[in-house]
Amino acid sequence: MITDFFQYEFLRFTFFTGILIGIIAPLLGTFIVVRRLSLIADALSHVTLAGIAFGLMMEKLFLITFSPLYSGMVFSVVGSVLIEKLRYVYKAYQEIAIPIILSGGVGFSVIFIAVANGFNNDLFNYLFGSVSAVSRTDFLMILCISIFVTVIVALFYKELFTLSFDEEHAAISGLHAKGIHLLFIMLTALVIAASIRIVGVLLVSALMTLPVAAAMRLAKGFKQMMVLSILFGELSVIIGIIAGYYLNIPPGGTIVVTSIIILLLAIAKNKWGIGSKKVRESL
Amino acid sequence: MNDIIVSMNNISFTYERKKVLDRVNLDIPQGAFIGLVGPNGGGKTTLVKIMLGLLKPDEGEVTLFQQPISQFKDWQKIGFVSQKANSFNRGFPATVYEVVSTGLTAKVGYFRFFNKYHKEKILHAIDQVGMLDYANENIGNLSGGQQQRIFIARALVNDPELLILDEPTVGVDQENVHKFYELLHRLNKEEKITLLLITHDTGTMTEHATDVVCLNKTLHFHGKPEQFEDMKEKDLSMIYGHNVNLVTHHHSPEEQQ
Repeated sequence: MITDFFQYEFLRFTFFTGILIGIIAPLLGTFIVVRRLSLIADALSHVTLAGIAFGLMMEKLFLITFSPLYSGMVFSVVGSVLIEKLRYVYKAYQEIAIPIILSGGVGFSVIFIAVANGFNNDLFNYLFGSVSAVSRTDFLMILCISIFVTVIVALFYKELFTLSFDEEHAAISGLHAKGIHLLFIMLTALVIAASIRIVGVLLVSALMTLPVAAAMRLAKGFKQMMVLSILFGELSVIIGIIAGYYLNIPPGGTIVVTSIIILLLAIAKNKWGIGSKKVRESL
Repeated sequence: MNDIIVSMNNISFTYERKKVLDRVNLDIPQGAFIGLVGPNGGGKTTLVKIMLGLLKPDEGEVTLFQQPISQFKDWQKIGFVSQKANSFNRGFPATVYEVVSTGLTAKVGYFRFFNKYHKEKILHAIDQVGMLDYANENIGNLSGGQQQRIFIARALVNDPELLILDEPTVGVDQENVHKFYELLHRLNKEEKITLLLITHDTGTMTEHATDVVCLNKTLHFHGKPEQFEDMKEKDLSMIYGHNVNLVTHHHSPEEQQ
């Protein structure tokens, strides 16, 4: 059943790309979830859509061909910097940055699509993901992003964790909270741009948050949660891609449904299973 | 022995046109255990924030370890357990060990990893507060008093010379408050850590502190705990602006917020 994936080159690229994003999306997702920034992933994915639409427009109008993922990536990273700026402007209402950037992303997408007089099913692939859309160049780019993101997270793990746990204390102890936060949000933007080929704009945030939500139910400690999240993410991506291919469904849908099933199982195990006994004492 | 490690001279601070601190002078000698009391809005937390360089005073000078605060770099010498430690996200998925390790992050520095020495330091700090058995437990599964100890361990992991605690006993039941003071007492006497404790709990504190400072915009009292006890009966209602119940040491939650 899985043999097709080794027979056809395009499927191989999809498969390996899936494995990569199954690692990096939940990896960043753990920090996103504990910092309550889940919606930022959504906002950034919509900005990425604007970038992709821009790329497709350039291709259609001016015949300038480059992988739209490049323009998607640029838009996403710029969007992440803007979110940080906006969060600073509206200190007391930081979440207002999210609808501003999200609607801005969709707004620009609509304009680019209209200017280009609409696209064919290319755009549909970007919205919901595709098993057949990953080219060799896309794969190599996503591979580079994955290596880069993993190395940076490993290097700054203790800073990222310290900042996530207690921002005030991190600042008092002399960490450059603002700089680290900016770095983190830009990494998120890169991961989103990388993941969009497979899971699509509308569902990329799910791959960053659902495996983490499931892992949170079961893990002891942060590192364990991170490992479990990656495991769940990987499982969802692999099952999702194979199911999507054979059932002829965009993989975004099958991946997300798989992660929801994993999440439900984790909640069930936690509730009725042999979960760790809580030593919580009432206060 | 009696080196002054923190010196605050003529500190004034205005918050949204309201004067919160008015020419406050405070010296903290090495080895002291100072209890800082005063009503809500009396400027206790503001004073500490100025001491930590988080706020800039309108007037006055702060000297930390014989250095003007603007030149002071050795922030690891000062440990701070904030009031917010009580209200942190209790569901945060981190073990006790992981939480205490965050105290070392800045000291270890960028692009470097925790080595064996750091790991032992982390375990030692957890041991100092008597929580070693819980090192691999999720912090969210601990009681409020236990969590407070973990936050102290996070400060201790840097070997601070001065430890500042902002209302650490809020939300901790009476029996544990007692154990908590025993821990502070030990840190002060055995580990020679200078303590500055902001608290509402004027009762238990006076049994352990070496000095009591009472702050309400200006410094109303600075002296020994015994003198403070004597003065309390007569003058405290004036400082607090209304009658406070001095007999009970246990405050209602509303009052503690």
